[in-house]
Amino acid sequence: MPSLGADMESGKLVRWLVEPGSAVKKGDVIAVVETHKGAFDIDVFLEGVVSELCAKEGEELPVGALLARIAAKGEEVAALAKVAEPAPPPPAPAPPSPPVAPPTAEREAKAPGEAAPAPATVAAVPAAGRRKISPAARRRAKELGIDPETLAGTGIDGSVTFADVELAGAGRGTRETPPAGPAEPKRRAGFDPGQMRQAIAAAMSRSKREIPHYYIGSTIDMAKALGFLEAYNGERPPEQRILPAVLLLKATALALRDMPQFNGFWEDGRFRKADGIHIGWAIALRGGGLIAPAIRDTGDRPLADLMDALRDLVGRARGGGIRGSEMMEPTFTVTSMGDRGAESVFGVIYPPQVAILGFGRVIERPWVVDGKIVARPLVTASLAADHRASDGHGGSLFLAAVDRYLQEPEAL
Amino acid sequence: MTDKPHLDREHGQHLYRAMLRIRRFEAKCAELYQAQKIRGFLHLYDGEEAVAVGVMETLEDRDTIVATYRDHGHALARGLPMGALMAEMFGKVEGCARGRGGSMHFFDRARRFVGGNAIVGGGLPLAVGVALAEKERATGGLAACFFGEGAAGEGEFHESMNLAELWDLPVLFVCENNLYAMGVPLELAEAETDISRKAAAYRMPGAAVDGMNPVAVEAAARRAVDSIRSGAGPYFLECRTYRFRPHSMFDAQLYRTREEIDHWKERDPIPRTRKWLEENRMASAEELQAIEAGVDAEIEDAVAFAEKGTWESVEDLERFVLMDEVPQ
Amino acid sequence: MNTQTGTPGANRMTYREACRQAIRDALIADPRTFLMGEDVGLYGGCYAVSKGLLQEFGPGRIRDTPLAEAAFVGAGIGAAMAGMRPIVEIMTCNFSLLALDQIMNNAATIPHMSGGQFAVPLVIRMATGGGRQLAAQHSHSLEGWFAHIPGLKVLAPGTVEDARFMLKAALADPNPVLIFEHIVLYNAEGELGPAVTAVDIEKARIRRPGRDVSILTYGNSLPKSLEAAETLAGEGIEAEIVDLRVLRPLDDATIFESVARTRRCVIVDEGWKSGSVSAEIAARLSEHRFFDLDAPIRRVCSREVPVPYAAHMEEAALPQASQVVDAARSLVTGK
Repeated sequence: MPSLGADMESGKLVRWLVEPGSAVKKGDVIAVVETHKGAFDIDVFLEGVVSELCAKEGEELPVGALLARIAAKGEEVAALAKVAEPAPPPPAPAPPSPPVAPPTAEREAKAPGEAAPAPATVAAVPAAGRRKISPAARRRAKELGIDPETLAGTGIDGSVTFADVELAGAGRGTRETPPAGPAEPKRRAGFDPGQMRQAIAAAMSRSKREIPHYYIGSTIDMAKALGFLEAYNGERPPEQRILPAVLLLKATALALRDMPQFNGFWEDGRFRKADGIHIGWAIALRGGGLIAPAIRDTGDRPLADLMDALRDLVGRARGGGIRGSEMMEPTFTVTSMGDRGAESVFGVIYPPQVAILGFGRVIERPWVVDGKIVARPLVTASLAADHRASDGHGGSLFLAAVDRYLQEPEAL
Repeated sequence: MTDKPHLDREHGQHLYRAMLRIRRFEAKCAELYQAQKIRGFLHLYDGEEAVAVGVMETLEDRDTIVATYRDHGHALARGLPMGALMAEMFGKVEGCARGRGGSMHFFDRARRFVGGNAIVGGGLPLAVGVALAEKERATGGLAACFFGEGAAGEGEFHESMNLAELWDLPVLFVCENNLYAMGVPLELAEAETDISRKAAAYRMPGAAVDGMNPVAVEAAARRAVDSIRSGAGPYFLECRTYRFRPHSMFDAQLYRTREEIDHWKERDPIPRTRKWLEENRMASAEELQAIEAGVDAEIEDAVAFAEKGTWESVEDLERFVLMDEVPQ
Repeated sequence: MNTQTGTPGANRMTYREACRQAIRDALIADPRTFLMGEDVGLYGGCYAVSKGLLQEFGPGRIRDTPLAEAAFVGAGIGAAMAGMRPIVEIMTCNFSLLALDQIMNNAATIPHMSGGQFAVPLVIRMATGGGRQLAAQHSHSLEGWFAHIPGLKVLAPGTVEDARFMLKAALADPNPVLIFEHIVLYNAEGELGPAVTAVDIEKARIRRPGRDVSILTYGNSLPKSLEAAETLAGEGIEAEIVDLRVLRPLDDATIFESVARTRRCVIVDEGWKSGSVSAEIAARLSEHRFFDLDAPIRRVCSREVPVPYAAHMEEAALPQASQVVDAARSLVTGK
């Protein structure tokens, strides 16, 4: 039974389109399998003669179970004559191929070539191969409507933990894709864009369903901040230079310190202030999707330190090395469009956080200073906040605070 | 016996009645056991009635009784209501321990009856502790502890004897020597078969008495109790007796002979006392008849009381595992 | 030494001194109370807990007993049933086995078996645990055995405060209460706040809050676990230390609440694993909080051997802080 999707556990063989003795070649459709996502045609990856149909029509089989045997060319007579006996070695060095099964069924597939004993008609999924999913993770997955079998585990013995599920539920989940081929080693954090999309959909739907968002925005003059950066970076080698993002992060963290009602969680019907300020930084992934891992104690760290943290985080996010704890820690999220993005961004809050601050692209625009119109680098800061936890007035004060800190960059 | 207590009509009849009560109660228990009204282990006291009756005559309300699993005689002689005992064996909540103890574990706080103890020797340390409390508070009360000769094999026996004498505690140790610890004859269990001599090892006064004679037991027990109340410390009284019935209900008695049982039955305290009352004209035929009728009626009432008793609610199963307060 | 024991002030004292002051308070407070056991009088107690009390209270209140555990424990039970409030000391819990008949068949059983007619308001103190090279007949932790028995309450003071005040609560309880004092803790010092004059004997206590993993422990494993938590904190792992204090009846509510919150649990118990307090707690968690668990339950217990004499072997046999660190870290980080 081939795996047609990462979340497919089993399939029902609806109809055989071949019979013992049928010659098949690569690409031929030999059966129809029904899954929870619908009926699929099953095609074959090798050439030969069907020697045995192991599965019966109407039978529900786990992924990896043996459906049929296909004898390579030249051995069909023997195979047909002695289906239950170990098959003789192939005359040619043609590599044995899986009949219609994914790599997990490889052992059975080798039977014709490697004199393995005939396997049982229905191969049960071995217990040792069962995914380790903690009870808490399994329950949370059910609540979020996520299939935990498809998640990468970061817990003990590679188990899927509560945090892994939360991560997936928040749209940032790393899903384990089946290896592309037997030679490729199992990767811990490969991203399946489709699955990632699905998870983001779940989390963002929850956010929009449960959280009454309000939105406010301000335009912030970045001249002083960028001037400071220019001077700062001018004295340093490239590896020590910092990006404007770091200033935005630090200013946001300091503003959160002033306005703690935006730094925390909406839980059990009330706001719980977070113990520290750990800003989640949204990182777009190359394969699609995004994650927002935390930079711990954002407000307490010097700029150079924050830059290092950011660089490290982005690197690991794209390489799949983010720890579950980093995904669980954010107390507030910042998303920034960077220098090629849109002019403004109105974020969707990542539950159970209560606010997200978006920065658009910095653009030179006309700006009035001391009664004169001058060209200035400006950025639009947009706050999306949970109206259950705060009000627009507080939001305004918060944006004003961010602005204020960015006007005194040397104090950051 | 040389120093028999003064026996008037009333007292003579009282002793007879008290023993007969036990004997007929036990007979009814055996019958009800076979009718499956009573279950579990049932150890009957037939043959040993003179011990419980004789000793209990000398005790007061302020004294405390520690009994063994063969505790029907002790309980009846101490005055526990017969109906409560029968109900206990029926497993009814009206029983003297709410049906939780059964035949082996009668309790009655009001009568200072702190239980039939089914661990041989296990009651002796308790009696020592009760006596310590009585002495410390100078209540004048003593602790009377019954046990079989089998207990002499237990460490708890020797530890308790020593401690009681060491601390001069008011304990009356009553050894009911019926010659068999379940099925083990005394001479196979003890190097020194004269049990009363064991007291001497602890410098404790001790005596042996004919346990088949209620008058002799009462006289000996009174001497013991007087000694204890005088402040002389504990006293060890060995009552040489015999049980007529098997150890428990399911005992083929492979360890003793029919002849031996018959020999002891010739010394049965109940017919002997009756004969003695008759010969000395201390009871008329009518009086004896009235005693028997009274006993039978009491037993009948006890069975009826047990029958109409109720079952403790299963919801109370865990009640009293931990106590909410110390009963006063 | 604080002579005003009735009004404790803020002061520093050893666990041993706390035990002694607790006994002294009890003797002053209630004329029905007396201390009885081997070498509690002239010798001053095997671990010097009762030193000086004979001189102060006399031989009627501080009773040296013969080496007869069954008799003097049984006598304590009898005295309690007859109205006294005895404190019985068993020199070490290994010797308690000689009195097991009395503790199990009488103290724990009679209240229920008598249909509630008799209570046994008795306190039995005993020394427990290893770590002093006392070898296999003086080093075991048998509190788990006693915690098996319905009708008993089993306490394990792990702090000076509990050593100081648990006895008072135990004597006020109408049930037989066993207090296990760890031999290694006798020399431990702690600060007693002036505000505390009593403790309960019902609840477990969170000695250090943490969000990542619950470490459930008691007795001398408490300081070891606190040390482990300090190390873990240096690695960014916040361990919550739950001092069980009462091994029977277990405070399920506090245990469950903590584990449900952290979702991870390490149990540190100086008893052997098989049939132990740790086994009981693990079983209860899997019965009642299975779906809150995010990792397997881990236990750090004594190795299943009689505790040997040689120092390095004894150390290897007993739970150590480093094992607690490893167990907790593996649950949190997956490594």
